[in-house]
Amino acid sequence: MNVVNFTPLSALVGGLLIGLSVALFFILNGRMIGISGIASNFLVSKKNRIENFLFLVGLMLGPLIYNLISSKEINMSISNSLILLIIGGSLVGFGTRLSSGCTSGHGISGISRFSLRSIIATITFMIVGIITVLITGTL
Amino acid sequence: MNKIVSLLCGVIFGIGLVISEMINPEKVLGFLNIFRDWDPSLAFVMIGGLIVSAPIFHLFKNKNKPLFSSNFSIPTNKKVEKKLIIGSVFFGAGWGLIGLCPGPAITSIALLNMSSAIFVISMFIGFYLSSKLTE
Repeated sequence: MNVVNFTPLSALVGGLLIGLSVALFFILNGRMIGISGIASNFLVSKKNRIENFLFLVGLMLGPLIYNLISSKEINMSISNSLILLIIGGSLVGFGTRLSSGCTSGHGISGISRFSLRSIIATITFMIVGIITVLITGTL
Repeated sequence: MNKIVSLLCGVIFGIGLVISEMINPEKVLGFLNIFRDWDPSLAFVMIGGLIVSAPIFHLFKNKNKPLFSSNFSIPTNKKVEKKLIIGSVFFGAGWGLIGLCPGPAITSIALLNMSSAIFVISMFIGFYLSSKLTE
C-alpha cells in the first residue's frame, strides 16, 4: 500500500462543514440528515416534501456558491460507461433505501448517535466498496 | 424558518462536499483503493463531521424540542435486520463501481456533468423500486 493524493486539511475542513450542517439541522429542524433519506422521501413521501426539496436545491447551490467565493477550480471526473453508470446508480438507490441510509445517514448521523445499526451498515458498505474497487482495478 | 434552515443546511453540506473534494469520484475511489494507492482523505471527512455532529447530538437530544419544529425525530429502529445488511452490500457495490454516493451525486449535477445526471436518475429509480418492494 502507498499513500497518495492525501489532502487531510481540506478533507477535515469540508468534514467540519458537513458536521455543522448535520448539527444545525438537528438543533433547528429536529431531524438527522441522511441524503439518501431526504432524496428518496422527497420522491415517495408527502411528509416534509418541501423541506426535503429545498435541502436538495441547497446541495446543488453549494458548488455554485463555492465558485463565487473561491477561485479554485472544482475537480470532478467520471469516466464510466453509460451502462455502468446506470448499474451503479440503481445499486446505490436501491441499496440505500433498503438499508435506510448512506455515507451521511449511517456514516455521519448514525455513528454520531452511536447507533449499532449504522456502525454495522458503514462497515459493510465500506468493505464491499473496497472489494469492488479491488475487483474493478484488476479487470 | 424550517424551509430556510433546510436550504441553508443543504448549501453548507454541499460546500463541505466541494471543499473536501468528496464530489470527485476519483477521491472516493482512492479511499476505497486501500490495497494499492490509498488516499485516506475520506476518513478525515468523516472525523471532521463526527467531531461536530456527535457532541451536538448528545447535548441536544434530551431537550424538549428543536427550535423551529414541534419535536425531534430520531430513528428508533435498533434491529440489525437482513435488509440493513443486504442494502449496505448493494450500496457498497454501486459506490465502489462509480465512486459516487447520494450526496456528491446530487451536488455534482450543479456542475452540469452528464454522467452524474444519469447516475442520479438511476439512483431515483432504485429508490422507487426499493420503496415499492418494501411497502
